[in-house]
Amino acid sequence: MKMRVINLIKRAAAVLLFAPSLALAAGAVLHLDRAPVSKDPAALQHGAKLFVNYCLNCHSASFMRYNMLQNIGLSDELIRDNLMFTGERVGDQMKVAMRPGDAKVWFGTAVPDLTLIARQRNSAYGSGADWLYTYLRQFYRDESRPTGWNNVVFENVGMPHVLWELQGDQVATVSENADGSKSVSLSLAKPGTMSAAEYDQAVADLVSFLVWMGEPVAEKRKTIGMFVLLFLAAFFVLTYALKKNYWRDIH
Amino acid sequence: MTTKSQALLNWIDERFPLTSTWKAHLSEYYAPKNFNFWYFFGSLALLVLVIQIVTGIFLVMHYKPDGTLNASGIPVAFASVEYIMREVPGGWLIRYLHSTGASAFFVVVYLHMFRGLLYGSYRKPRELIWIFGTLIFLALMAEAFMGYLLPWGQMSYWGAQVIINLFSAIPLIGEDLSLVIRGDYVISDATLNRFFAFHVIAVPLVLIGLVAAHIIALHEVGSNNPDGVEIKKKKDANGIPLDGIPFHPYYTVKDIVGVVVFLFFFSVVVFFAPEGGGYFLEYNNFIPADPLKTPPHIAPVWYFTPYYSILRAVTFPLFGLDAKFWGVVAMGASVVIIAFLPWLDRSPVKSIRYKGPIFKSALVIFVISFVILGYLGVKPPEYAFFDVIPGAPIAQICSVLYFAFFLLMPWYSKIDKCKPEPERVTSK
Repeated sequence: MKMRVINLIKRAAAVLLFAPSLALAAGAVLHLDRAPVSKDPAALQHGAKLFVNYCLNCHSASFMRYNMLQNIGLSDELIRDNLMFTGERVGDQMKVAMRPGDAKVWFGTAVPDLTLIARQRNSAYGSGADWLYTYLRQFYRDESRPTGWNNVVFENVGMPHVLWELQGDQVATVSENADGSKSVSLSLAKPGTMSAAEYDQAVADLVSFLVWMGEPVAEKRKTIGMFVLLFLAAFFVLTYALKKNYWRDIH
Repeated sequence: MTTKSQALLNWIDERFPLTSTWKAHLSEYYAPKNFNFWYFFGSLALLVLVIQIVTGIFLVMHYKPDGTLNASGIPVAFASVEYIMREVPGGWLIRYLHSTGASAFFVVVYLHMFRGLLYGSYRKPRELIWIFGTLIFLALMAEAFMGYLLPWGQMSYWGAQVIINLFSAIPLIGEDLSLVIRGDYVISDATLNRFFAFHVIAVPLVLIGLVAAHIIALHEVGSNNPDGVEIKKKKDANGIPLDGIPFHPYYTVKDIVGVVVFLFFFSVVVFFAPEGGGYFLEYNNFIPADPLKTPPHIAPVWYFTPYYSILRAVTFPLFGLDAKFWGVVAMGASVVIIAFLPWLDRSPVKSIRYKGPIFKSALVIFVISFVILGYLGVKPPEYAFFDVIPGAPIAQICSVLYFAFFLLMPWYSKIDKCKPEPERVTSK
């Protein structure tokens, strides 16, 4: 058994190294919508609310603690009363009860931790935020899938459309292009509780939260960076003058 | 100096060569007065080494080299890096300094090596400095490669998988060798632990030793300069080179300016683009290592890509050994050949300023080939420029040009029309 695994891995590595053309054959070109990422605390708080209500049932955010949400302007009381449902403490990590092994049986794949999802999904096609923003808006009904849902960005995804109540049911019309590739267009078959514009805004807030969660220190980092650069610029003047002074006799 | 501190200094000097060392390496080490921009990168490489060691010490305090899964199904090593990023006070800064430092190290070292090419710094009597330098470069590559496994992300894992598998291409011993390197049949916790040991202890010790040898050898023979003439040939009555100035204070104050300028650009990356557009921290490496999920495209970090391109460029078997083996040989040779430069260059002059048009053209072609190889190395093998010009044959041509620069040098550097060298160094 072990030898078979080794051989498999070896063959995979050899294919990756030396076979031309296999690598990108699977990935068609993705068209991603630009995500309107916000840093506004209200948007981030709305995103956090959507996250704990819709995502945090299956997906953990295990590098996050609930009280880190203080950084988007929430007090411990607000976090405890509105965003925590199962008796955790405010210093606990955002974990889920579902075990990784069970998820594999139920959905065919382990459910990824979402703390870093916005950083993971960066690609040549767009930012991680763009990918998430497009992905969460392009679920459609597909009875051939076990969950009854499919996705344009992530074909045959294991996740069902958890936001379907809000968006409603979309259906897909597949048309063949002149060059043989397929393009999918979506239309709303059954409206949800939100209008299309409201839903887009909700997803934008959720994505903004996911981006914030990917690197909570990002804004602070840039602020500190400005001071560091200003200091170095001033220090340069000083060191340059020192050098000039020492070197005045060298010709 | 007061008599008391003088007495203390004397007391030390009778027991340890403090004053004489200070003089030999700093206050009475005479460096040519005509150093230009290219001469900043040696001291900057030393600065980056210090940054890496200091940030590395603090990272080791919090990082856990553990490939097992925690309760959330995340490898402990990966989780400990995120712990540093989020919960250790200032941890994000330490980590970004270290990750950016790795790329910065290669930037300054590549520029430092290019300076050697420009001004013939490898020529007699500086062959040993150059050989130590090549060994430093090799040690640095090992250090970077092993360090890249530690965050235990997808690229860490699969990059290591690909590279270690290369060793198995060596006839007879290859399989056992790769087994020894991994410590297992696949990349695993055992691999992570031994790479951690190498990355934080073994290779840094070797690196520091080699850097010391590099500098001691340099101070023995004296620095080269942009004119490639020996300043020791013209000395004053006191035996001091006429074109030499004491390293301290002249080059210490000058190098401090270089340090500040370097830190400015370094900080721009650390604080505003720590991912370096996906080249310094690859996006896939934010996904925890998964031995069962091979990423569609495994690209090494940017500083290895020229050599990776050379490896991929060899696509044909030879003498009954498969292409993979010859690719490994070519990749190894492309680094080792650098050490032979002192004996390949037969030009009568050292500096590019006095070399002829052939050498200048060869150097330009070499640099362009190196950059193209690096560019193609981050792309999948089927990449084509503008979707029309296939990259694979271009990489093969550039690999040939890379080796031609070295292997044909004894011939073209000899027939080249050089200009006469000046007697003394020239001012800018």
